Amino acid sequence: AAFDGGWKMEYIDNLPSMDLMRSEKMTLVQLIIPVESAHRAVSYLGQLGLLQFRDLNDDKSPFQRTFVNQVKRCAEMSRKLRFFKDQIHKAGLMPSPNPASQPDIELEELEMQLADHEHELIEMNANSDKLQQTYNELLEFKMVLQKAGDFLVSSGGHAAAQETELDENIPINDDYADSASLLEQEMRPGPSNQSGVRFISGIICKSKVMRFERMLFRTTRGNMLFNQAQADDQIMDPVSNETVEKTVFVVFFSGEQARTKILKICEAFGANCYPVPEDTTKRRQITREVLSRLSELETTLEAGLRHRDKALTSIGFHLTKWMTVVSREKAVYDSLNMLNFDVTKKCLVGEGWCPIFAKTKIQEALQRATFDSNSQIGVIFHVMDSIESPPTYFRTNHFTNPYQEIVDAYGYVAPCVHQINANVAKYQEANPAVYTIITFPFLFAVMFGDWGHGICLLLGALYLVSREKKLGSQKLGSFMEMLFGGRYVLLLMSLFSIYCGLIYNEFFSVPFHIFGHSAYKCRDATCSDSRSIGLVKYRDAYPFGVDPSWRGSRSELPFLNSLKMKMSILFGLAQMNLGIILSYFNARYFSNSIDIKYQFVPQMIFLNSLFGYLSILIITKWCTGSQADLYHVMIYMFLSPFEDLGENQLFWGQGVILLLLALIAVPWMLFPKPFILKRLHTERFQGRTYGILGSSDMYNDEEPDSARQQHHEDFNFSEVFVHQMIHAIEFVLGAVSNTASYLRLWALSLAHSELSTVFYEKVLLLAWGYDNIIIRLVGLAVFAFATAFILLMMETLSAFLHALRLHWVEFQNKFYHGDGYKFKPFSFATLPDDDD
Amino acid sequence: MYGFEAMTFNIHGGYLEAIVRGYRSGLLTAADYNNLCQCETLDDIKMHLSATEYGPYLQNEPSPLHTTTIVEKCTLKLVDEYKHMLTQATEPLSTFLEYIRYGHMIDNVVLIVTGTLHERDVQELLEKCHPLGMFDSIATLAVAQNMRELYRLVLVDTPLAPYFSECITSEDLDDMNIEIMRNTLYKAYLEDFYRFCQKLGGATSEIMSDLLAFEADRRAVNITINSIGTELTRDDRRKLYSNFGLLYPYGHEELAVCEDIDQVRGAMEKYPPYQSIFSKLSYGESQMLDKAFYEEEVKRLCLAFEQQFHYAVFFAYMRLREQEIRNLMWISECVAQNQKARVHDSVVFIF
Repeated sequence: AAFDGGWKMEYIDNLPSMDLMRSEKMTLVQLIIPVESAHRAVSYLGQLGLLQFRDLNDDKSPFQRTFVNQVKRCAEMSRKLRFFKDQIHKAGLMPSPNPASQPDIELEELEMQLADHEHELIEMNANSDKLQQTYNELLEFKMVLQKAGDFLVSSGGHAAAQETELDENIPINDDYADSASLLEQEMRPGPSNQSGVRFISGIICKSKVMRFERMLFRTTRGNMLFNQAQADDQIMDPVSNETVEKTVFVVFFSGEQARTKILKICEAFGANCYPVPEDTTKRRQITREVLSRLSELETTLEAGLRHRDKALTSIGFHLTKWMTVVSREKAVYDSLNMLNFDVTKKCLVGEGWCPIFAKTKIQEALQRATFDSNSQIGVIFHVMDSIESPPTYFRTNHFTNPYQEIVDAYGYVAPCVHQINANVAKYQEANPAVYTIITFPFLFAVMFGDWGHGICLLLGALYLVSREKKLGSQKLGSFMEMLFGGRYVLLLMSLFSIYCGLIYNEFFSVPFHIFGHSAYKCRDATCSDSRSIGLVKYRDAYPFGVDPSWRGSRSELPFLNSLKMKMSILFGLAQMNLGIILSYFNARYFSNSIDIKYQFVPQMIFLNSLFGYLSILIITKWCTGSQADLYHVMIYMFLSPFEDLGENQLFWGQGVILLLLALIAVPWMLFPKPFILKRLHTERFQGRTYGILGSSDMYNDEEPDSARQQHHEDFNFSEVFVHQMIHAIEFVLGAVSNTASYLRLWALSLAHSELSTVFYEKVLLLAWGYDNIIIRLVGLAVFAFATAFILLMMETLSAFLHALRLHWVEFQNKFYHGDGYKFKPFSFATLPDDDD
Repeated sequence: MYGFEAMTFNIHGGYLEAIVRGYRSGLLTAADYNNLCQCETLDDIKMHLSATEYGPYLQNEPSPLHTTTIVEKCTLKLVDEYKHMLTQATEPLSTFLEYIRYGHMIDNVVLIVTGTLHERDVQELLEKCHPLGMFDSIATLAVAQNMRELYRLVLVDTPLAPYFSECITSEDLDDMNIEIMRNTLYKAYLEDFYRFCQKLGGATSEIMSDLLAFEADRRAVNITINSIGTELTRDDRRKLYSNFGLLYPYGHEELAVCEDIDQVRGAMEKYPPYQSIFSKLSYGESQMLDKAFYEEEVKRLCLAFEQQFHYAVFFAYMRLREQEIRNLMWISECVAQNQKARVHDSVVFIF
């Protein structure tokens, strides 16, 4: 509201430029780069990160573009790198966090190196897999030998009745030759004894045993005996790297047909069969052999593993570096793919947006590229005209960035109706983030006014700010990331809460006599009637904030409610006026006089004749101590505007004039603008029968802003009119509802103070009333938890959300279009990590 | 309680319906197909697919690609999505989802049995099986010698067991028997699925009845065309038709006596929905029939998404993805074999 009064246009125009107020001036540039220096030029631009390439090959699919082969090679290389990373991860090694400083390597060289490494690794893996396979088989064989041997012995011992029969019939694997053939899982049936009982022994996954047994039972129609025992060791599965529990089994059966079937089932279930000789001595001999081979294999396996680990460590040493190199190369080629060949095929032509301040830097980088690649011809760099709206780019720093994010987030929540991809401020539109930096934490604090809670927040914010360097370099969880990103918002929010808390005189809902003595005292010594009758004033008013003695007295709630309610309306009105004034600055900036005359002026008049008047009444009442009833004044202004206001009278005809002004402002907002736009349109096209080709410069800068959207379409009067009608109605209704909406400041502030009173009085003081240490401790704990989680976390969140809403809706809808698109420069710094 | 699904559907089905609709929006569009058809090598296809939802499944494949790898990975994605939905589903949706895979189970059983008959390696056959139709004891199918054993040893444990009641014979397996078995099983399966959907009621039964009836009718036509000139008798042929669908029962009588493709055409043109399919074909031609049927099916499946609060979207999504994978396979094959002129022969655009 500092702008009312006699300001001069020139003064406004000569204000120092505010970087954050308007987005950076952008320009469309064209680059003509000789082929030999193209790669280097683009990678230098990537390091600089200030140029956004326009895709000139939009109509081509990715594999029809010029540098598709290079992109493919990069993708292949990053696949290899992912493979290495996976392998390193599997081996339980960590890629070294700080990449070894190493001279830059050429892509071709790197490609060869990677191919070599991959080849080596795959070979090593294949070898170790083969070894592991053999090892597993031997291990299984060993277990089968042990367990199945036990069965054979015990079946000899226990089943005495069958024994004679079995003894004769059990085949003996006496033609067992060497373990090598065993490893090929060749089953050697015993010398066939046509009528006899024979057996097959093997090993199977524990989870499959039940089904396996059932299947065997069904196929042989129950003519079999199934023995099983849990294997002692677990087998490592080479594919998944997990240990699997296995069970050793022995099946006794008879008949040749059954044998084929059982073998087929074994195969189907993935059960490995191993022959076990009947003879104990032979069994021992084989076991010994197997054991010795096992230990041999173990050492081989270990040596192989060590070798592989060494190779992987050496890869891991360079892995991070390689990954950045490859992802940068890929990004460079992706950008090169956006460029066009010129007619001679010797140059690449690119277009892009860059901020004006960066032009010299870009030129320097291009020169460096020409020089470094020993090119004969320099890169041609020149500015082009464009009818397209440039991207929006704000230069932010650590401090302003979160506030800009708060403003930009609006687009994701409520995308503008006119454009689908709307999310950030229109090019060069007034940026609400400038004001948000102060108003946002302040409105938050109005709702969160408690200097005790404020100090808690401040400590948290200070922690985050002081550890900025350390926390910024490491990966945080999503919640911490959010907190960390908003640390400066948090800092200001807490400072303002302390300020507001001091005004409200609240410290965990306890009032303090900080600024001197209270002005009030009780009527008598017991103070029993302070709730019912009130206090007596006996000295000068308390110098700052709310008088501490009022806590719990009769006048506390009525006073605070009245104060906070009126204060909310005053803040709201100030912020909405600021919004409308910003719309003036926008219109002025874009030289749009129609918007000033037919939108800004009536809007100001409408809002201020009703609610500005209310604000003046509030302030007058505060200053003069008048007893006037403001509800009465406002309501009767509409019901009977000619009524005599008595002592509320400020000037003659107060009610009538203001009401008339408000009523005039509505059609003023609604009708003139569409008709004027229509007239301008018909004037422009008068006498022209045909439309104009290439409408690039037919709208000059005097063109009304709203007509810009109709660049490529016909002027549709009814659409414009309906749009204007919606806009006007929205504003008129919004003036009432937005003002009411600011009352949330009062409501949340009240809720916060009442909640903290409840926790303090009904929990802490109640518990302190007992002379029992345990009850006191419990009370303290409950109070601490309630303060931390409900008051500090939940209330912070809710106050944050309400402040957000007040900015997005009540403030920004007065001036903010938010239908621009963000500047996304080609930059190595913003390349996504491949870490996930 | 037709018409009241909206009140309670979302309690159990809302999440998954949202999921499946999200999956659907990942289906390849006509623009994608246009780009894919312009590809010169399989690597180009991979590159294009890497920008779609298939990206993560293909990105770690080393460069000389094969059609089978592409198809396998794409199927893997479908299977992953199916499993995700299945684990999240509650009754009766989980049963509904289970029904969707029975068809693949039947195909796998037939594949393995036929393969064993021709003495192929079981492992090799298992790799060819559709992953959705896998069940635990599938490898043991190779043990069985005839239908009775097949049922008693293996299939009695699977959900297919009830469908077997009609085809248990002690005959030894041969190609003809197996084909009859497949169709009998399919018939029983479709009828069972149809009954199940009827039981579910509401929009599910309405839409699924339509989709399943189309499926049944298509099978009837295919059985008829494939059995022309074989030793299958009319009665046997009649027995293989499912007992529902638009053609049931009079159309089936007519189909059962058909002796050549034009008679089939004559029988089918009496049914308005199928008239359009056959009107696209010239007389005596049956090659393009498959594609015409697929196109009609895709049209119907897409329509299933127009309505909310029913299970048919799951069925439709699975079918559409399978069609998409068929398309990808065809395109990849054409690209791999340098037959790009024929790319459009068999590709069915989904949107």
